[in-house]
Amino acid sequence: MSTTIKMTIDGKEIQAHPDQTILQAADAAGVYIPRLCNMKELIPHGSCRVCTVRCNGRPQAACIQPVADGMVVESNTPELTEHRRAIIDMLFVEGNHYCMFCEKSGNCELQAMAYRLGIATPRYPYQFPHRQVDATHPDVLIDRNRCILCGRCVSASRDVDGKSVFEFVGRNSHKRVAVNAESGLGATALTGADRAAGVCPVGSIIRKRTAYAQPIGQRKYDHQPIGSDIEAAGQK
Amino acid sequence: MNDLEVRVRAICQAHENNRTRLMDIVNAVQNEFGYVPGCALDAIAKECGTQRVAVQSLVSFYAFHSELPKGRHVIRLCNDIVDQFQDVQAVADAMVDEAGVPFGQTTPDNLLHLEWTPCIGMSDQAPAAIVDDVIFPRLTPAKAKALVKALKAGKSCAELAGRTGDGNNSHRLVKSAVHNNLRLRGDVIFADYHPGSGLAKALAMSPAEVVRDVKTSRLRGRGGAGFPTGMKWDFARQTDNRNKYVICNADEGEPGTFKDRVILTECPELLFDGMTIAGYATGSAHGILYLRAEYAYLKAFIEDLLAKRHKKGLLGKDVAGKTGFNFDIRIQMGAGAYICGEETALISSCEGRRGDPKNRPPFPAQKGYLECPTIVNNVETFCCAARILQEGPGWFAQKGSKGSPGTKLLSVSGDCEKPGVYEVPFGIQLQDLLEMVGADHPAAVQIGGPSGSLVGKAEFNRTICYDDLATGGSVMIFNQKRDVLKIAMYFLDFFIEESCGYCTPCRVGNVLIRERLGRFLNGTAESADLDYLTRLGTTVKFMSRCGMGQTSPNPVLTTLKNFPDAYRSRVKERKDKFQPTFDIGAALVDSQALAGRKSVHF
Repeated sequence: MSTTIKMTIDGKEIQAHPDQTILQAADAAGVYIPRLCNMKELIPHGSCRVCTVRCNGRPQAACIQPVADGMVVESNTPELTEHRRAIIDMLFVEGNHYCMFCEKSGNCELQAMAYRLGIATPRYPYQFPHRQVDATHPDVLIDRNRCILCGRCVSASRDVDGKSVFEFVGRNSHKRVAVNAESGLGATALTGADRAAGVCPVGSIIRKRTAYAQPIGQRKYDHQPIGSDIEAAGQK
Repeated sequence: MNDLEVRVRAICQAHENNRTRLMDIVNAVQNEFGYVPGCALDAIAKECGTQRVAVQSLVSFYAFHSELPKGRHVIRLCNDIVDQFQDVQAVADAMVDEAGVPFGQTTPDNLLHLEWTPCIGMSDQAPAAIVDDVIFPRLTPAKAKALVKALKAGKSCAELAGRTGDGNNSHRLVKSAVHNNLRLRGDVIFADYHPGSGLAKALAMSPAEVVRDVKTSRLRGRGGAGFPTGMKWDFARQTDNRNKYVICNADEGEPGTFKDRVILTECPELLFDGMTIAGYATGSAHGILYLRAEYAYLKAFIEDLLAKRHKKGLLGKDVAGKTGFNFDIRIQMGAGAYICGEETALISSCEGRRGDPKNRPPFPAQKGYLECPTIVNNVETFCCAARILQEGPGWFAQKGSKGSPGTKLLSVSGDCEKPGVYEVPFGIQLQDLLEMVGADHPAAVQIGGPSGSLVGKAEFNRTICYDDLATGGSVMIFNQKRDVLKIAMYFLDFFIEESCGYCTPCRVGNVLIRERLGRFLNGTAESADLDYLTRLGTTVKFMSRCGMGQTSPNPVLTTLKNFPDAYRSRVKERKDKFQPTFDIGAALVDSQALAGRKSVHF
């Protein structure tokens, strides 16, 4: 790639490749735009909407929107931070999230995002939905109480593992992740080594017998907020 | 292999085991067995080379598909707000009384299933129900009771359909009790039109000239968003893909809209001409008419017309004698999902998937159906295009108002003497329309359906056009007895039910708005809730992924703006400033049952 384009994010001028999304260009420039469903190796899903920015004044999901020369992007503004907090709050109250004893605590992207955005407790009333747990697989567990419907497992199983073990079923607030077998995850082609078993941003799909392996103080987000790796790379 | 699997395999094979025709396959299984059982999911997946969970994903998405048996006749009674205000509840009670089961349940003999359904495109003849694809409009409790009784006695819906309506509703392939209620004919859509005439003019020009004429006419999409049609066609024309598609959006699901129903009944040839012209202009050989499941009663009639066009040479190879221009139209049936009216969701559905909208870019004109350039237009838009080619772009452009040329079909329902379809020039004042339709003490008018806005008397001097009160055609009139908050609550419930669930703000945000709006209705709201609703609604509008999510808080946001007193009058501030935000008695019911005694304090 020889050609580059120029654009600004929060007033900072950056260079980008024409085939990048706003999120990719920002990452490369060391500007962190908060995001949840997006994961580098997977096709962008564009569902959580946390990475929404103002792109030439209009709201766009940074993980989907391609860059363009002269594009003006606003991300770290009070307005957008407020909307992002609202989305994180929605995800917390939509499911049943028990951070204090969740195996994913300290390594959870939802929890880390809440801390980064300064959320101590959600502003909305908890919905306390009834959700299914599936422990039929010998090595992997699904606890839908914590699912945020980001689609990573669906994409990883289909596009990386080539198995399509997971898919969304139902619509509206009844939408959930289902597996490719009537009797549960244990009857699917999933193995513990599958990429799909390791992409969940929260504690919804977890490998069995791996919980609490890291002591508090050594977990991923214990000392640095989520996104600081991207920001640190930009400092160099 | 059991009989059911044999039948399911035959259905799949009749569709060439084509994964992209999964909608047709599942619709056929649903129609034959009344549901899509687990073994059918497996059989379909095996035949079509996909996963069971992928088939389940589709089946679980559409309201007209079911994974559990529902009984031989499913009675779907429309619970739209207009029906509610015309006492659909009394009709429902009569049905429940006669059937012996409540809504949402099946009779023990598996004969009848009762359920509610959102707007079925019959708001001008509410209350209305669909049973086995047959429409039963203008129901009364007595008629509803007689209907259920006759079904119990073994009568078929066709026998019970009642006296046929006007125009083509009495055609041998329609035979429906639906009335057109075509109240005002304008000179674009419901004018005299000789089938094939607009098409003949178009085929005498080059495709580029056709696009130029549509551009010159300044025609904008009639579905509501108002995108310039010529520009859309030009994008698709300029792509060099071999396969391109022309899709007609006849998934008329916006509550209170039924004008496409009348076009499909009375002037479908005009629509087919428009689609064929679009095919010629964009270099496409494939047309798809996406017909909402609620209009299945029109399917045989439309199919017959398409077959006749084939015989006349207006479809197929070398259309109308134009060498090298081939064009065909197939019908894609929907299955009860409002979101499929959104163009990318509609494309997903045509591809045999759940009706999730797609990420944009790429836009359909670049990459749409099966990744090919696709234009999606509303029924009325195609009809306008055919007339533009017939009469010339100047003829069209001088009608209507400056930014909104042409006429607009309005579907008028609610509290008025003459509900029905009106073809009016754009720029008509709301006040004049209300007089024309015989509105009864109008206090509020919902323009553009739930995703539009509810306006009060102070705004009756506004005009209907893209730059002022934009609308896909729905005009619902409410008199001073109707509760504005109940209207907002109904529309919100509608959006909550119809959300595809893909993005967070639309899926979760609206449920949270409902909870807070409910406080105003049950008397537990405090003044801070006004700000809460505004902020939450603004987030959902700003952060949502598709047009539906971005407009879904409008019922609340527009009523907050236009009818603030309806909210404020319900806030009861107490002297001690402590406002109960929930009913503690109700909250303690479960705990009291577990403890086996009542709370001492509450």
